Amino acid sequence: MIDGRARIEARFAKLQAEGRAALVTYVMSGDPDLETSARIMAGLPAAGADIIELGMAFTDPMADGPSIQVAGLRALKAGITLAKTLAMAADFRRQDTETPIVLMGYYNPIHAFGVPEFLAAARAAGIDGLIIVDLPPEEDAELCLPALAAGLSFIRLATPTTDDNRLPAVLANTSGFVYYVSYSGITGAGSADADTVASAVARIRRQTDLPIAVGFGIRTPEQARDMAAVADGAVVGTAFTDAVRNSLDADGKATAATVAAVLDLTQALAAGVAASAREG
Amino acid sequence: MLKPNSYRTGPDMAGRFGSHGGRFAAETLMPLILELEAAYRAAQADPGFRDELNYYLAQYAGRPSPLFFAERLTAHFGGAKIYLKRDELNHTGSHKINNCLGQILLARRMGKTRIIAETGAGQHGVASATVSALFGLPCTVYMGEVDVQRQQPNVFRMKLLGAEVIPVSSGSRTLKDALNEAMRDWVTNVNDTFYIIGTVAGPHPYPELVRDFQSVIGEEARQQMLLAEGRLPDTLVACIGGGSNAMGLFHPFLDDEGIEIFGVEAAGDGIETGRHAASITGGRPGVLHGNRTYLLQDDDGQIIEAHSISAGLDYPGIGPEHAWLHDVGRVNYVSATDAEALAAFQLCSKLEGIIPALEPAHALAYVAKIAPDLPKDHIIVMNMCGRGDKDIFTVAGMLGVEV
Repeated sequence: MIDGRARIEARFAKLQAEGRAALVTYVMSGDPDLETSARIMAGLPAAGADIIELGMAFTDPMADGPSIQVAGLRALKAGITLAKTLAMAADFRRQDTETPIVLMGYYNPIHAFGVPEFLAAARAAGIDGLIIVDLPPEEDAELCLPALAAGLSFIRLATPTTDDNRLPAVLANTSGFVYYVSYSGITGAGSADADTVASAVARIRRQTDLPIAVGFGIRTPEQARDMAAVADGAVVGTAFTDAVRNSLDADGKATAATVAAVLDLTQALAAGVAASAREG
Repeated sequence: MLKPNSYRTGPDMAGRFGSHGGRFAAETLMPLILELEAAYRAAQADPGFRDELNYYLAQYAGRPSPLFFAERLTAHFGGAKIYLKRDELNHTGSHKINNCLGQILLARRMGKTRIIAETGAGQHGVASATVSALFGLPCTVYMGEVDVQRQQPNVFRMKLLGAEVIPVSSGSRTLKDALNEAMRDWVTNVNDTFYIIGTVAGPHPYPELVRDFQSVIGEEARQQMLLAEGRLPDTLVACIGGGSNAMGLFHPFLDDEGIEIFGVEAAGDGIETGRHAASITGGRPGVLHGNRTYLLQDDDGQIIEAHSISAGLDYPGIGPEHAWLHDVGRVNYVSATDAEALAAFQLCSKLEGIIPALEPAHALAYVAKIAPDLPKDHIIVMNMCGRGDKDIFTVAGMLGVEV
């Protein structure tokens, strides 16, 4: 079994050789239903996604804006569970052994699943890393350290409020990459300008050799291009949950347009990221 | 589980009460949460802070609140002597003002210029709006849409006090969702905003500091009981949503081991129906809103919506120190249904001339269960933590009366 850290490292090494940043796509697992969600996930790499963040739905996503909140509720209503998310990832992994999968969400569903059981199941499913919003370094003993021991990356969020004194604590047990949150706020609420983000990325880079991906507030190919120019990756989330929502019928069910809406957006964003490489 | 030497030493450095509590917060908030803890430690070490708080508690909130011997309820139940700690007589009509005064003084020390709060029944929202008016700070209160509907008088009071009330339409549209939305505001406005959490929950140090600010209830009750009866009570009873009024009464008595303590959760339609808000009786440990505690949740760790006639108890969690006091067996967590609370609400109004809030009506409903069988020299202290004016429309609706 490939170590989760190795697959992420290999992906960033490959991109570095190509001279471009990573497009990191966040899609909500099970949104709008499991079958459609699996088709979206299967299509992402060919559409240009370099790393897949798979959202784990939670009833109370405290750091998320309305679009991702509602996406999670759609997925829950359609019957998603953590076990089904892991099974979907495992199916994907049988077809694609190279694209890293990072699970992103909140701690309680994992807590309920049981940490050792979850880590074993995640490894078996071919998951490479975890981003858990409500587990700061102060709670590393809960999941971060066991995850590292199990061969998974634990990707930490660094934020504009993470000052230089705190940054070492945030970076200490981080692996895979660092996820820089470009503004203080919830997902989908704002956007940051590339200059501000560039200086923040430089500040983090002084303290780590890990790749740095930037997220929150990147919706368009132009924004993806600008962020890809100053970081090692651009993370897009809310634009995808919006794309899913806008493709649904009046009853909130998937239509023939749903999968294409997400994959077309992926292609456009990938072109934006690639444009930054040509300019760079 | 090993019995501790004292039940009053928590939390530990990591904010834990046993396995509960902690700091399960987003990174954006962590620097501020650590700053809050440092500011609170500095305030604790500064006698000037305590003096300032005591001044406002006495001259503004009207403390101490009386400890009233409820003779007619005592005679009605025919057993134990029942004393009511009259925290409903505080300015704003509940115990919530104790904590809000403490937190806004901290906010001022930290140089914060904007206040946010969540509210269920509206009592904490009113208290937050009140102290914000007192100190001239803008205040935004998040309140679930369902609660906005059933607590109209408090919504209007908050607006009169100059606060902005934002109805929350996500999830169950009650207290849990108001907390989510307040957290989202806080993450967005972290630099200038102080979040006054209304109960003994949230990331460390909130459970500790809210407990400390509410402990004035139990400290007063202790002295008042010694004056009235020359001894400590035998039993304490308080209702629990998040658990701040209960913790305030219980904490100063936790090491008096002869005293039996009951926290009364809201059983809604009945625990067996699944439609309730009893997190300890009907939940299991999980992580939500910054702390580990007992939560109502399904097998997949998704939070289940709570149900209670009382907006203030309509929450799927409970403060982490209560969770620990349950684990170590020091406090007994029991429950009372909507129907039982409604009966107690009417009984108290008729027999004592005190219209209780629906929240302490749950506590009284449990007193009604145990008092008749206790000897006449047995003393119960119940926390009458809020007045019921805000609930008259809900109660009228339940009784089929048009107001």
